[in-house]
Amino acid sequence: MASTAHTEVKGDNFHVTEEPHHEGHSTVIGFWIFLMQDMLLFCGLFAIFAWLGGHYANGPAPLDDGTGQPLFHLTPVAINTVIMMVSAFTCSMGMVNIRKENVGAALRFFGITALLGLGFLFMQYREAVNMAAVGATIQTSAFLASFFVIIFTHCLHVIAGLVWFVVLAVQINLHGLDDANERRAVCFSMFWNFLDITWVIVFVFVYLMGVLK
Amino acid sequence: MKLHHFYALLPLAAILAGCNAVELNPSGDVAVQERDLILYATELMLIVILPVAFLTTLFAWHYRHDNKSARYEPEWHHSTPLEVVVWGIPIIIIAVMSVTTWKTAHTLDPYAPITRLGPDQPVPPGTKPLVIQVVALDWKWLFIYPEQGIATVNEVAAPINQPIEFRLTADRTQNSLNIPAIAGQVYAMPTMETELHAVVNKVGEYRGKSSRFSGTGFSEMHFWFHGLSTEDFGKWVAQVKTAGGTLDTATYQQLQVQSVSEPVHRYGSVDPQLYKLAVDQCVGKPGNLCLSTIRANDFKKGNGLCRPNVSASN
Amino acid sequence: MSPDTPHLDPIFGRLTLDAIPFQEPILLGTFAVVVLLGIVVVGVVAYFNAWGYLWREWITSVDHKKIGIMYIILAIVMLVRGLADAVMMRLQQAMAFNGADGYLPAHHYDQIFTAHGTIMIFFVATPLIVGVMNFVVPLQIGARDVAFPFLNNIGFWLTTMAAMLVNLSLFVGEFSQAGWVGEPPLSGLADLPGVGVDYYLWALQISGVATIIGGINLLATIMRMRAPGMTFMRMSIFTWSSLCVNALIVLSFPFLTIAVSLLTLDRLIGTHFFTLDAGGNPMAYVNLVWVWGHPEVYILVLPALGLYSEFVATFCSKRLFGYNSMVVALVSICVIGFIVWVHHFFTMGSGASVNAFFGIATACVAIPTGVKVYNWLFTMYRGRIRFEVPMMWTISFMFVFLLGGLTGVLNSIPAADYVLHNGMMVVAHFHNVAIGAITFAMLAAIDYWFPKAFGFRLEPFWGKVAVWSWTIGFFVAWMPIYVAGFVGVTRRTRVFDDPSLQPLYIIAAIGTAIILVGVVAFLIQIYVSIVNRKALRDVTGDPWGGRTLEWSIASPAPDYNFAFTPVVHDVDAWADMKARGYKRPTEGFKAIHMPKNTATGIIASILVFIFAFAVIWYMWWVAAISFLLLLGVLIGHTFIYDRSFHIPEDVVTRTENERTRLLAQQG
Ligand code: HEM
Ligand SMILES: [Cu+2]
Repeated sequence: MASTAHTEVKGDNFHVTEEPHHEGHSTVIGFWIFLMQDMLLFCGLFAIFAWLGGHYANGPAPLDDGTGQPLFHLTPVAINTVIMMVSAFTCSMGMVNIRKENVGAALRFFGITALLGLGFLFMQYREAVNMAAVGATIQTSAFLASFFVIIFTHCLHVIAGLVWFVVLAVQINLHGLDDANERRAVCFSMFWNFLDITWVIVFVFVYLMGVLK
Repeated sequence: MKLHHFYALLPLAAILAGCNAVELNPSGDVAVQERDLILYATELMLIVILPVAFLTTLFAWHYRHDNKSARYEPEWHHSTPLEVVVWGIPIIIIAVMSVTTWKTAHTLDPYAPITRLGPDQPVPPGTKPLVIQVVALDWKWLFIYPEQGIATVNEVAAPINQPIEFRLTADRTQNSLNIPAIAGQVYAMPTMETELHAVVNKVGEYRGKSSRFSGTGFSEMHFWFHGLSTEDFGKWVAQVKTAGGTLDTATYQQLQVQSVSEPVHRYGSVDPQLYKLAVDQCVGKPGNLCLSTIRANDFKKGNGLCRPNVSASN
Repeated sequence: MSPDTPHLDPIFGRLTLDAIPFQEPILLGTFAVVVLLGIVVVGVVAYFNAWGYLWREWITSVDHKKIGIMYIILAIVMLVRGLADAVMMRLQQAMAFNGADGYLPAHHYDQIFTAHGTIMIFFVATPLIVGVMNFVVPLQIGARDVAFPFLNNIGFWLTTMAAMLVNLSLFVGEFSQAGWVGEPPLSGLADLPGVGVDYYLWALQISGVATIIGGINLLATIMRMRAPGMTFMRMSIFTWSSLCVNALIVLSFPFLTIAVSLLTLDRLIGTHFFTLDAGGNPMAYVNLVWVWGHPEVYILVLPALGLYSEFVATFCSKRLFGYNSMVVALVSICVIGFIVWVHHFFTMGSGASVNAFFGIATACVAIPTGVKVYNWLFTMYRGRIRFEVPMMWTISFMFVFLLGGLTGVLNSIPAADYVLHNGMMVVAHFHNVAIGAITFAMLAAIDYWFPKAFGFRLEPFWGKVAVWSWTIGFFVAWMPIYVAGFVGVTRRTRVFDDPSLQPLYIIAAIGTAIILVGVVAFLIQIYVSIVNRKALRDVTGDPWGGRTLEWSIASPAPDYNFAFTPVVHDVDAWADMKARGYKRPTEGFKAIHMPKNTATGIIASILVFIFAFAVIWYMWWVAAISFLLLLGVLIGHTFIYDRSFHIPEDVVTRTENERTRLLAQQG
């Protein structure tokens, strides 16, 4: 191809006089790359879980927490998955309204998303507390370490999303929906959808397959 | 260029290495084959490397700036035949080498039992290998001879021309059993058992050591490997037997204490369960803490995706 | 549940006066010298009233050129530290025979080789390549800055703080003794309960995050900010190698992050990922770390290979032979680089077929690498070779690299690796590449782009002394180590039981001294050049007869790089422009939009440093406060909307007129 480039008819303009680039034009692609590497991070954690997830070390296992009861209760987790999926939907609705420059509605939808996120965190917190009550903590075994580290990493992301929402809401109130804020809103919704996707994977890969006999 | 011309280079390497070049002058069949493999691969690659080194020198000299008589073609940058050569040669060389790589990975696999004592010298049928169980402790080597019922620390012996089967594990840190004169190395790792098959062909004293860094006493973690005639080996075993002492749980627990430059110990008798418990990480501990028990329990509670291995491997 | 230190001080955590090595006169002396030097530097800067200048023009700068230069300065400083470690090891190994114990007890020796490896990889080689990529890539693609200038600044400061952490461990506490990849179980709390491994882990964590940030940044830059007309297949080979390398960074560093984080959790809160009990498995770490570690070595070497392609073409005054092959070769090295990691543990008992597969995959890397060597060779063919210093580095590299390639392929054969693994042969091989390919390339790059950075060339005499000393020193220092490898000597050995090895180690020590001459020559070269900078002034902006866009602008490059964004019609854009009688525009300049400096990078990085230090020493309250402050600073930063400014038209015009005047003077 170098040779075709070489033989091609050549223009004689060696510079442009207009500015070709402007601020923020790489933000979305940069953020996308960031999310991809974040996805790899989760993949690594999943790989660790696939490896160590069966090492209960005489401790609790998904179907037996030591008292004969299951450790994983699917109902609350399934509810949480629904919460996450609904929040991804409301987040996308927020985005639609951003595109329409409908700031009030957008913030309302993002607000609902954040509230759902809070609900999700609460459910996960309850699960962790219940597990701790039967002696299943992150220190107990390799299985629980690799399990909790996935859950905590996901929850940390959700918390980051909540903080982001608050900051974004303040900023949109301060500056309106200028270019910068619109980019941030786009990234926020990319981020939240990414969280939704990873959670669905967690649900299937960690919980569902965990209780499969 | 014929391959054997490169043999001319070998004495050079040997001189460089002096008389102590163990890996170039081994005393065990496995190590001999591994050396031959290294030399073969080196020669194979010299086929590309020498001409390139020569051409680099030549071009650098000939096309130097002040040699105005040399041809200068600033736009010449492509040539399909050359590109074919440029890709073709490395592909061929690597393809040829890959065949050897694949074969030797299997024939010289440390897990594979010894099938030959030397070139054209198959193991006589019915020969049983000498089993030596090895535990790497901080920072000393424990060798257990289950059939002879003896054990030694930082000293090991074997009769020549009889296959040896090392079974390896470690107590806390990872180490690597390395006796360069007779075979390559394999790691000794806690919670796992690995294997190394080898044979020694010549009577002699050979250096052994750990080659996986394991902490403070690592550099001093070496020992002598005695290659003995069958008779002498028998005598050696008898000697160790008469040395008395028993390797049991209590003595093992003493060995678990970290120590540097541990002197040679000999034990005339051995608790036959000890090695298994060492692999299981439960010498002197209640049975339910043994890894194999834990793993079996895990297996019972196991689920679809993450079913753990029951066997003592990764 | 932190590991039980019964009397954890509520204020100082586990930091006590014992952590300061009062009983080690050498360390204390070094510390005193470092502190003194620090005071002198601070004083001198204050005396010349330069703090304001430093702060405005460098510390808070988001200019990719300045950040690149700062990365390189960091790397050179750390190279001196890494070499000091190397010399100490060489001396120890030359002495410790015949029952002599040498002068370094195991506790010290083990820290030194770990620090040496960690520093050389993370704080010398990596900052060098990141620095050079940062400086060169935007110039070569005709851009005015990188995609995310602020991230560039914070990436640099995080790297610096991580390096500071390693150096601090010398004087407060200790460093890891578990080797540069820190594999458990040795690096677990049970075997090394001190702060050493924690220093190591936090330094890696911080520099790893910084590297990912930089990788995303340059990737976005190359994808989005190329000048009009610069298609992918018109990018210089160095830019191509940067693209590949940054893709590798983004794809592999997350695994380092995981490995390091989980080991940190094991040590900090008592989880069981890699412990021997409660179901943990150290092999999980070994796999994770090498899934990152192998691509990492390509991350270090590919930019070097890209650089040699630039030098060969420039100094042969000829188009690079086989551009397409070069690109294919680069990309295939990246792809293969991800399926070879098991070659780092053939001896851990994976099956024969697994080993054979990974061995053959590894050897396959030799194919594209071989192609690259051939292509350099055929670029020299029918060229006009000028033996300027960068070209001398290149030729020297070609010889050294042939040897490194040979020994690399030897290591890739599993059955050979059973003999060679963990031996001095491996050590000699990777130094062969780390010195002969990476370090040579970076020293050459400094020589090559120095005029673009500072406006004057480096004085060639001392440069040539450096080339010869490094080259000869390399062979003298490492050939005996190859021999030691074949004799069966093990790496990381502190004392030897076999006295016949001593001559080898004495020769190796002499070789190291010759390399040191090279380092000193390099420093003298810089000093002499600064003194003679008037005579060495580069007026044309194109001192080497360059072929890529950076040579189309003034030296030193103006803040805005290009007064007008160039339009590209060919690979080797500048050579093409020169060939077709390009006339530099001398009027019609406009104001140029540029990113503003920011102090957030350094402030946030200092907070990260404090946070890491506090966690290492279990000073929880400091950790909490610094973490909250960090959050505050970062969130606060997002409230800064006014991030750019215009370089006014008259400033641009004045700068460009000055160049017009100089060029006219020139002839
Ligand atoms: C210039 C001269 C250099 C000398 C004399 C030198 C010397 C040494 C020595 C003596 C060791 C210990 C070998 C052993 O295990 O017995 C070592 C290890 C190492 N060196 Fe160098 N080195 C040099 C440059 C470099 C460079 C430029 C790099 C990388 C960019 C590097 C990376 C490493 C690494 C990764 C290790 C392994 C550390 C470990 O075992 O954990 N070295 N070096
Ligand atoms: Cu590798």
